[in-house]
Amino acid sequence: MAQVSIRKVVKEYEGGVQAVKGINLEIDDHEFVVLVGPSGCGKSTTLRMIAGLEEISGGEIAIGGGVVNDIPPRDRDIAMVFQNYALYPHMSVYDNMAFGLMLRKFPKEEIRRRVENAAQILDIKVLLDRKPKALSGGQRQRVAMGRAIVRDPKVFLFDEPLSNLDAKLRVQMRTEIKKVHQTVKTTTVYVTHDQVEAMTLADRVVVMNHGVIEQVGPPQELYHHPQTKFVAGFIGSPAMNFIPTRLVETSGALNLELSSDIVLPIPEDRIGRYKAHAGRELLFGIRPEHMTEVRPNDHRPGLASFHATPEVVEPMGAETLLHFWKDGHEICAKFDPGVAVEPGVRTPMAIDMNRMHLIDPKTDRVL
Amino acid sequence: MALDATTITETGRPAAPATGGMTLQRFARRRSTIAFLMALPLIAVIAGLVAWPAGYAIYLSTLNRRMTSFIGLGNFEILLDSETFRMVIWQSCIFAITAVVLKALLGFWLAHMLHHIPTKGQRVWRGMLLLPWVVPPALSTLGWWWMFDPSYSSLNWLLTAMGGPSIPWLGEPGWARASVIIVNVWAGTPFFMIMYLAALKSVPDQLYEAAAIDGATGWQGLRFVTLPMMRNIISITVLFSLIVTFANYDIVRVLTNGGPRDLTHVFASYAFQVGVLSGNIPRGAAVSLFMFPLLATVAFFMLRGVNQRNREMA
Repeated sequence: MAQVSIRKVVKEYEGGVQAVKGINLEIDDHEFVVLVGPSGCGKSTTLRMIAGLEEISGGEIAIGGGVVNDIPPRDRDIAMVFQNYALYPHMSVYDNMAFGLMLRKFPKEEIRRRVENAAQILDIKVLLDRKPKALSGGQRQRVAMGRAIVRDPKVFLFDEPLSNLDAKLRVQMRTEIKKVHQTVKTTTVYVTHDQVEAMTLADRVVVMNHGVIEQVGPPQELYHHPQTKFVAGFIGSPAMNFIPTRLVETSGALNLELSSDIVLPIPEDRIGRYKAHAGRELLFGIRPEHMTEVRPNDHRPGLASFHATPEVVEPMGAETLLHFWKDGHEICAKFDPGVAVEPGVRTPMAIDMNRMHLIDPKTDRVL
Repeated sequence: MALDATTITETGRPAAPATGGMTLQRFARRRSTIAFLMALPLIAVIAGLVAWPAGYAIYLSTLNRRMTSFIGLGNFEILLDSETFRMVIWQSCIFAITAVVLKALLGFWLAHMLHHIPTKGQRVWRGMLLLPWVVPPALSTLGWWWMFDPSYSSLNWLLTAMGGPSIPWLGEPGWARASVIIVNVWAGTPFFMIMYLAALKSVPDQLYEAAAIDGATGWQGLRFVTLPMMRNIISITVLFSLIVTFANYDIVRVLTNGGPRDLTHVFASYAFQVGVLSGNIPRGAAVSLFMFPLLATVAFFMLRGVNQRNREMA
C-alpha cells in the first residue's frame, strides 16, 4: 500500500494534442480517489499513465515514494481492473486470478490460499473452474477484481469497471467495490464518467475537464461548494440550473433580478461576499432539489418564492420533476410527489437562497 | 367453424386428401427445403468434382493394370512391398512435416514483425511478402530451378563469390530434398504469415495490457497470451497447409521430377509417375489413396481440438 503522487504531469500525443495538461494530485495511503469527468477529459489517460500503459510526456508520477516514470507496468506493483474486464479467455477463473502470482513465482500453496481467499471475499468460489465465456457480466467483473485482489498490490486502478453492466448490477457492484475497499484498504484510483459512482465511492473526488483538474475534494464538499461552473453543473443529478441574472444593490440589500417580475433577495450572510459584484451580469446557479413546492409552515430565513408555469411534469416516484423555460433556459425543480402539479398551470415555487451559487460568466468561477 | 386440412391432421384424424398444389407449396416453403435448394449447386460441385472422382479412384485402385479384372487390395499390397514406395511415404512425411514446421515458424516470425510495423508502412511490406504465394508455383519453381542449375546457378555463383563451396543443389539426394523443401517453404510461408497476422490483430490489446500489469515480460506475453489465443488459427492453418503440402505436385515435378533416383518423390508426383507416365492407372490411384487415411487422422484430432476450444472460449 502506498501514496501516489502526480506532479505536473503532461500527456502530449503526436501532433501536439495535449490530453493531460500538467496536473498535480497527491493520493494518500488507503485513500479511494475517483477521477471523474466527461469523455476526453484526460481521466483515463491519467490512470493509464499511473499504470505505465501510457508514457508520461512531462512531469513525474511516484508510487510509494519512488518515481515510476521509467518503470514498466510489471514492476510498479499495481493491479488494474479494465472496463471490459480483459480476462484471459483461454484460462479458467482460477488461472486468471493466479496468473500474476504464477509469473511472480509464488509457491503453489500460497497462490491457492490467496485465490481462495479472494474468491471467498467476492463470492465466486463455485466459479473457479469455469472459463470466462461461461460467466455473466457481473461474474466476470468479480473475477477481474479478484485478479487484482490476489496480487495485494500497492495500488488498485479501476478504469470504468462498471460501464458494461446493466443499471441494477452496477449499483450492486458499486456497493461490492466499496465493501472490498473497506476490507483490503488498498490505495485506489478509480476512473468513471458517472458522477453518482464518483460521489458514492470516493473519499475524494477529482473532477477533470479538458485535461486539467477542476476541483478536488470530498463528495459533499464538491456538492455544496463547487468552485467552478463545470463542477457545479457536473456534480448532482438532475444538473444544477444556470439562469442569467443581474446583481442589483438597493439600499444596502442585494437582489437578483432574473426578470422584471422575478427578483430574489440575497441572504444577509452572503451580502459581504457578493457586494463587490453589484451591478454585474452573472449566472445564478440553483440545484433542482433547492427549488421546491411552497411549504406553508416553512419559515426558514433565506426562502424566496415565485411563480412559474411548468411545461413538463415528470413523476419519478420518490420525487416529481418540473421543467419550465425562462428566456430560452430550461429550469428544473424538484417537488414532493404528494403535491399535485399540472403542466401548463401556474404554480408557486420556493427557492432556498441559502443554497444558491453565483457564477462569474467571464471566468466560470463560483463567486 | 370450418375445419381446414391442417386442423384435421393435427387433431389426429386421417388427413383429408390434400390437393397436390398445397403440399408442394408447403414443402417448398419449409426452411430445410429452401436450405437444401440453396446448397444444391455446391453439393453438385462437390459430388461431381470430389465424391465421384474419389469413388472412381477407389474403384480403379482395385483393378489390375489393364483394368480388366478386380484384384481387391492387390495394388496396395504390391506398393507396400515396394522399397521405392516405402521411400515415397517416408519422403512425403519428411517433406510435408519439415516444410510445414518451417513455414509455421517463419510465418509466425514474419507476422510478428509485420504486426509491429506502423499501419502505414505495413501495407507495402505485406504486399511484398505475399508475392511468393501469389506467383503461380510452376513459374516461380522454374525460377528456382534456374537458380539451382548445376552450370549457371546464381546461388552457387554467390556462394563461391563469398568463398563458399559450390553445392550440387538438385544432383545430390540430401541437397535435392532440401531444395524441394526450401522452395515449398518460400512459396508457402506468406500464407501462414497472413493468417497469423489476422490472428494477431484479433487479440485485444487490453489482454496484453492486463498481462503487462500482471507482471508478464514480452516473452511471457507471447507464451501465455498470444499463442493460446492463436491456437485455433495455428491448428487450422497447419492442417490446411499439411494437406496442401502432402499433396504437393508442381514443385517436385518442376524442380527434380522425383530424382535423383526417385528420392524426392512425394505421393502426388509418384502417383503421376506410376499412373500416367508408366501407364499403370490403378496402381497410381492406389498411391494417391494412401494419403487419405493419414490426413484424415490428423484432421480429426486437430479439428476436435479446435471445436473444443471454440466451445470454451469464443
